[in-house]
Amino acid sequence: MDEETRIGVYICHCGRNIAEKVRIDELLDFAKTLPNVTVVRDYKYMCSDPGQKLIAEDVEEKGINRVVVAACSPTLHENTFRNACRRAGLNPFLFQMANIRELDAWVTESVEDATEKAKAFLRAAVNRVALHEELEVGKTKINPNVLIVGGGIAGISAALVLAEAGVKVYLVEKEPTIGGNMAKFDKTFPTLDCAACILTPKMTAVKAHSNIELLTYSEVEQVEGYVGNFRVRIKKKPRYVKEDLCIGCYECVEDCLFAEPMFPSEFEMEIGKRKPIYIPFPQAVPLVPVIDPNTCMWLTAKKCPQYCREACEPDAIDFNMGEEYADVEVGTIIVATGYKPFDAARIPQYGFGKYENVYTSLQVERMLNSTGPTGGEVLLANGKKPERVAIVHCVGSRDENYNRYCSKVCCMYSIKLARLIKERTGAEVYNFYIDIRAAGKAYEEFYKKAMEEGVYFIRGKVAEVTDIAKSEEEKGKLVVVAEDTLLGRVRRIPVDMVVLSVGLEPQEDVDRIRNMLKLSCSADGWLLERHPKLAPVSTAAEGIFIAGCCQGPKDIPETVAQAEAAAGEALSLIERGEIELEPNISFIRRERCSGCRICIGVCPYGAISFDEEEKVAVINPALCRGCGTCVAACPSKAAQQHLFMDEEIYAEIEGVLL
Amino acid sequence: MSFEPRIVGIFCNWCAYMAANLAGTARMVYPSALKVIRVMCSGRIDPQFVFWAFRNGADGVLLAGCHPGDCHYMEGNAKCLRRYRLMKKLLPQFGIEAERLRLEWISASEADKLKRVAEEFTEEVRGLGPLSFKGVELGILEEAGKGQARL
Repeated sequence: MDEETRIGVYICHCGRNIAEKVRIDELLDFAKTLPNVTVVRDYKYMCSDPGQKLIAEDVEEKGINRVVVAACSPTLHENTFRNACRRAGLNPFLFQMANIRELDAWVTESVEDATEKAKAFLRAAVNRVALHEELEVGKTKINPNVLIVGGGIAGISAALVLAEAGVKVYLVEKEPTIGGNMAKFDKTFPTLDCAACILTPKMTAVKAHSNIELLTYSEVEQVEGYVGNFRVRIKKKPRYVKEDLCIGCYECVEDCLFAEPMFPSEFEMEIGKRKPIYIPFPQAVPLVPVIDPNTCMWLTAKKCPQYCREACEPDAIDFNMGEEYADVEVGTIIVATGYKPFDAARIPQYGFGKYENVYTSLQVERMLNSTGPTGGEVLLANGKKPERVAIVHCVGSRDENYNRYCSKVCCMYSIKLARLIKERTGAEVYNFYIDIRAAGKAYEEFYKKAMEEGVYFIRGKVAEVTDIAKSEEEKGKLVVVAEDTLLGRVRRIPVDMVVLSVGLEPQEDVDRIRNMLKLSCSADGWLLERHPKLAPVSTAAEGIFIAGCCQGPKDIPETVAQAEAAAGEALSLIERGEIELEPNISFIRRERCSGCRICIGVCPYGAISFDEEEKVAVINPALCRGCGTCVAACPSKAAQQHLFMDEEIYAEIEGVLL
Repeated sequence: MSFEPRIVGIFCNWCAYMAANLAGTARMVYPSALKVIRVMCSGRIDPQFVFWAFRNGADGVLLAGCHPGDCHYMEGNAKCLRRYRLMKKLLPQFGIEAERLRLEWISASEADKLKRVAEEFTEEVRGLGPLSFKGVELGILEEAGKGQARL
């Protein structure tokens, strides 16, 4: 560039965030001594409108042609200021941010050190920006189809919003039916309306909607591409019943060789039984049976008269079915893979699996459900109604040995279970809690109501559940031992039934999904949002959104809100129609390329090919994702990366050191 | 006054730099000796960046990327690891103690790890003292550095 380099430096106070640690006056004086700096200013909030206007004014009046903003992290406001430059008529890439908040003011003890560190970052940015070049960014079209992974309430809600807007949705669910965990619940807090009544209409709407292609009993196998252009391979597990032919008449289930259900039902949390051919629950969508290859006599031993096949009038049963693959192309992806309940057997002192009347909360949900194994009755193993029930909160949550986090929903669902058990059995119900967390609209009132109804609340973490009686009263009972921290003494409560309110944990296969989509997770394994407050459903990967409990424990209203937000984000991308590609892609300086082809081997995207005529490497800008590994590998400095040119990084290193 | 080392951090955008941001939001104090610059991927870290940092007065260089298997660009961190091993062999030949260079995997949520590594490494480099290019004439190195890096 022939034009003289004129850099404008803007130092943000960020209210008091930066200003209380970094001596702004000293930094201003320092900035004036740096090469090519012609304008130096400070402002309380550079990201505000007046702050951004300062840049435009100086471009206009002072003729600056490079901009450095020393403020927060570039991940937060780099785009804000790039756009400000663009509006001011400057190429947005003639800009550099110096992160003096997250990397300095917030992490440095003394004002002295923080000011010196700010100077180093500022000098590095000024050094670097002088070398920046004007860039034009390529654009890519957004494929309007959307993939939703997970068919629980989150996936269903997002799918319906998108489908109603006219968007083609592929909804993939690994279980034989959609509905997720919510389909197992009996009633929902704080309104006590029945889960099925509010969920099943949505499930049938999904099935009926012409814009939604439902792929149950299927898993996403492979994802390639980038925002706007994802190629997805979906594996359909063999159901052994043809979905398009089955009419859901149950004849096959009734005629199965096994006259009675005798295998533990996954859907009933193993307190109910099913046959090898089964429909998980009566409102399942699709209402098509599935044959379990591990228990079916034909599929395991080839010994069965195949009564199911005889019974099936439309001839839908096909024992030769194998895995099938579907390849689809989408522009955006919503991950709504949910959670798995904490495995109560991991805490042996609570007796799950040891005492037959210790149940998990989800098992009791199934008992309470009128379509469940007990037809809506809460029953002990001997078939009698319990007279006293204990509900143990925080099982696997807020516990240094298991999960440190609060699972958020257990307090409320425990209170709900307490009220429902009391209503159905008339039993005395004791809740053992650490704290009651009833933050939510009408939640506290729900808790109050439970107390008015005579549900007991004992403040104390349960130490153990035992059947060793210490008194006549305890004989033949389960004894719940806990320190009542309000009374300050240990209490032993003999009960007939113990309900363990298990917490929420990330799905078992979430790491597989995470690695496939290149998402990050928090220390506890929940998928990481781009920003905890300002981008709660976006991820670091452009075009991939998260909704529901895969991001962290949350209740149904929050899950639906997130799902609809994710649908909104996807729609916004689709409506835009195209998106700017990464600016920081690599390119080859042909005159320097010796044709050694080292770069071709290291590129993870196959973006580099070899021009046989000119004997040089060529990078396809549409495939390059901008990691820069070819640049590091190139022995002749022919490969370079926009915004991360060797010279720019050298200048930055010199800057932080000099 | 005790010796204050100068340490350059070269962090990948997706994991390590995010952890540095998180350390900021969580107000985790760590030594200001560490000054972090950002690249998109640890696979972008050219060994010459490291030599350039030492040439320009760094007493230590900390490289950080995503955990194995978590790389945003599939396997850039594996390439970084290979180059790191090479550099560890090469540095002593320049008279630079290999301990002055360190590579860490820091995920986006591991702000506490970043703090710990920054503290440990600063102490370690402080213990090594200022970089002195033992047994090598500085002029030769400067020539070599210029020659290659400014190609």
